[in-house]
Amino acid sequence: MKINIPTPLRAFTDKQATVEVNGATVQAGLDALVAAHPELKNHLFTPDGKLRSFVNVYLNDDDVRYLPAAEASAVSADDELTIIPSIAGGRTGRPGVSASRALCCR
Amino acid sequence: MKLHITQADYDALRAHGEETYPHECCGVMLGHAKDDGNHVAAIVRAGNTRTDSAHNRYNISPIELIKIQREGRKQGLDIVGFYHSHPDHPAMWSSTDFAEAHWFGCCYVITSVDKGKANLTNAFHLSGTTEDDKAFQQEEILITEAVGENA
Repeated sequence: MKINIPTPLRAFTDKQATVEVNGATVQAGLDALVAAHPELKNHLFTPDGKLRSFVNVYLNDDDVRYLPAAEASAVSADDELTIIPSIAGGRTGRPGVSASRALCCR
Repeated sequence: MKLHITQADYDALRAHGEETYPHECCGVMLGHAKDDGNHVAAIVRAGNTRTDSAHNRYNISPIELIKIQREGRKQGLDIVGFYHSHPDHPAMWSSTDFAEAHWFGCCYVITSVDKGKANLTNAFHLSGTTEDDKAFQQEEILITEAVGENA
């Protein structure tokens, strides 16, 4: 199956945007991906082996977390997995200070 | 490192914030990452799924992000950043923005929209490679007349 890699994680896949792996399930595919690119492991999984909360994995157009079998879902060679970190935020919370310099807002 | 963006895209992302005021707008920047910074070739508006608190929070659904990424790749473009607005609040990243930032190497653009009018727009590059060493670095916004200028 093909796994789509988001831009921030391509530093760990030799800049590849997609990686081809073999595996009968989503979990097997992810395991194969990490086996081929070990540096990804810490970015995708917590120390106890669970997907990090901000890492979304989609099987084609379906969020794997909400599939009946979740990561144990069966996949075929034509399926696509997409790893997509979450994007969110907002003005709540205390203002930050830029690492390079503080800002003065007009 | 600078954010390279056309005047048209820059104006469009600021206008988006005015349109959604008093709610936060959000969108995706597509383009190319180069040695001198991220070059934006197109911006894509996204829906804010935080309808429960849209005046001070934003979230882009992963499936919308995936579809934007797919369309971008068809044009040879990658996700190089995101933008959102801060209604009646400074164009400065918040602790929420920082905690929710996971796209290393990408640029996060924030526009303050004061009483419905876009005011200051700032760009922050998310440096680092892990949640432990990540940092927002303010970067200059370089306005170009056309995509690819100053490349």
